Amino acid sequence: MATLELKQITKSFDDTHVIKGVDLEVNDREFVVFVGPSGCGKSTLMRMIAGLESATSGDILIDGQRMNEVGPADRGLAMVFQSYALYPHMTVEDNMGFSMRLAGVSKDKRREKVLEAAKILQLEPLLDRKPKALSGGQRQRVAIGRAIVRNPSIFLFDEPLSNLDAALRVQMRIELARLHEELDATMIYVTHDQIEAMTMADKIVVLQGGEVEQVGSPMGLYHHPRNRFVAGFIGSPKMNFIAVEQVSSDAEGVTIKLPGGETRQVPIDGSGHAGGGALELGVRPEHLVLDEQGPMEGRIQVLERLGGQTSLYVQMGDSLLTIMADGDVAYRVNDSVRFGFSSDRAHLFDAEGLSLPKLHRHPLAGLRRQDNRAPSDTVGQ
Amino acid sequence: MSAGRVTPAGSFPATFMVTDMNKTRTSGRTIGGLRTLSLQAPAVTLLFLWMIVPLAMTVWFSLQRYNLLMPGMTGFAGLENYEYLFTDPALWSAMGTTLLMVGWVLVITVVGGTLLAVLFQQDFMGRGIARVLAISPFFVMPTVSALVWKNMMMHPANGVLSWVAESLGLPAVDWFSSLPLTSVIIIVAWQWLPFALLILLTAMQSLDEDQVEAARMDGAGPIAIFFFITLPHLKRAISVVIMIEMIFLLTIFAEIFVTTSGGPGLATTNLAYLIYIRALLDFDVGMASAGGVVAIILANIVAIFLVRMVAKNLES
Ligand SMILES: Nc1ncnc2c1ncn2[C@@H]1O[C@H](COP(=O)(O)OP(=O)(O)OP(=O)(O)O)[C@@H](O)[C@H]1O
Ligand SMILES: [Mg+2]
Repeated sequence: MATLELKQITKSFDDTHVIKGVDLEVNDREFVVFVGPSGCGKSTLMRMIAGLESATSGDILIDGQRMNEVGPADRGLAMVFQSYALYPHMTVEDNMGFSMRLAGVSKDKRREKVLEAAKILQLEPLLDRKPKALSGGQRQRVAIGRAIVRNPSIFLFDEPLSNLDAALRVQMRIELARLHEELDATMIYVTHDQIEAMTMADKIVVLQGGEVEQVGSPMGLYHHPRNRFVAGFIGSPKMNFIAVEQVSSDAEGVTIKLPGGETRQVPIDGSGHAGGGALELGVRPEHLVLDEQGPMEGRIQVLERLGGQTSLYVQMGDSLLTIMADGDVAYRVNDSVRFGFSSDRAHLFDAEGLSLPKLHRHPLAGLRRQDNRAPSDTVGQ
Repeated sequence: MSAGRVTPAGSFPATFMVTDMNKTRTSGRTIGGLRTLSLQAPAVTLLFLWMIVPLAMTVWFSLQRYNLLMPGMTGFAGLENYEYLFTDPALWSAMGTTLLMVGWVLVITVVGGTLLAVLFQQDFMGRGIARVLAISPFFVMPTVSALVWKNMMMHPANGVLSWVAESLGLPAVDWFSSLPLTSVIIIVAWQWLPFALLILLTAMQSLDEDQVEAARMDGAGPIAIFFFITLPHLKRAISVVIMIEMIFLLTIFAEIFVTTSGGPGLATTNLAYLIYIRALLDFDVGMASAGGVVAIILANIVAIFLVRMVAKNLES
């Protein structure tokens, strides 16, 4: 059992307010991912949870207990650092057993626990090496092993995979997801990587400028972003934004006039926006479709062929749109293309950048990572 | 005259040459072939002459009967000078004093330097100024600092230390007559502490902050962090400090000359000072040169031993 609750947490360094009142609940065994642009306060928030940094105000509760004044070693947490932070003069075994050594655990007991963790991480042949003699991925595993032996109620990861190459990252990602199931632990994970966030999280917390923009499941954030920032941040390539005019709007839908002059109705609740005014249409690159009869037209600036897919960067008016098309499209640079969009995948944002609610909730929006497993997998949990 | 100068000049390049040769050998790397050799040759030749000429002259004088008070007595003496030297109780006393001085100054500067480096790494008001002040003794000339200590700090009548002792109701200590070696060690340690601090502080700054935080998460308090994280991290820097300091401390001269003149008796006479006594007070150039050769050999033994240790340390 390990739950974490943050209540109105703030953090200021002298006069700079880095975290401006964060509320968050993390449930038992949940995998929570913090994402956000660089400098938004992800690391600071995590370090406050770890106890390495004190909160300026607010409460940190672990399993319902206020932990603000408790030292980092006594919170029952373990942290894996981006730089691994292994002790260079100690062997892998000593690195992993360091916390137990400080706690006065006997040598045999230490070895037993280290071996147990080493087995999970396939580190057994490396126990006598120094960190310098390990590859990046192996170091990463030692850092995780050091966290595991402490048997923490909550694991904290600050961009643990960002120093690894792409292939190793995929491998470690899968390994971490497996570990999460195996250890039944609560995990909090900071990343810059879209794919890590989308694939590993039960719950994603999007931060910007020290504030939580939105909390939700990966599919929930993808299909129902609360505002323009979240819409642009989640999903890769980025969502396209097109300025449109509102023709009419009511609870049944919103009719908009596209840049080319054509009108379309989108299944979005416009009752809160009946007054009219400027709107922005948000469509993800994968939901823009090339179509000879499409309502919009643009000129191809750049064409990136990836084999299975082709990314088209299309200039329409002032904006450069990204379209994900089939790998075999025959277009070339400077061709002019017509395209449309699937209207039930479209988003509308008002002048403040808030999204108008969709008429239908996406069926997968509430999906958690555990739900992807077949029911038989979960037997015995 | 010449022997007094010859000894330090002869011993320094000699020790450094050993350092260089050893380094290339231990790393197993050969630097360049014939073409680069021809480019290196002038510099290497210059350095070699720089080392070998004074060294050869010292060795030559040490084998001569050469006393300035007895201009008539010249000629080849064989190992006579060495014989006198090794049967002279002053030599062994001087060697003991040298080792005591070097040893204690090393202990004080390394321990003190490490603790100060940890202290100055903390964030506190006026840290920058405090650092500069702590390092500044290193920039004071040895003669000047010895004079300051002699006349203003340790003077039995008007020194600061005796004033402190008196205001505490304790008897004033006549430092240079009752604790001569201790006094010299204090002065030299005061001069070299900043050097150790400077090197160790620089090393401290390269300590990965994440490692300290990871140790904190693992339950390490400040003392455990010092012994398990900081000290192992400083190991290399400490061995560098020991090596460099030892080379210079073997030849302390000015501090002794200014304060105790090697006395009382031979209490503060180290090898360098003994050579000076023989050459300039007894005018026995042959004997002084023999002492110089012994000093060179001693310095090189220490250097080889240290270079081995440091090289091993740097490799691991
Ligand atoms: N000790 C400090 N003193 C002053 N400002 C700080 C301090 N530590 C962090 N900050 C500021 O707090 C903000 C948030 O930093 P933080 O490290 O949490 O960002 P982040 O979201 O982890 O960024 P990244 O993704 O680049 O790691 C930054 O603007 C940073 O400059
Ligand atoms: Mg960060």
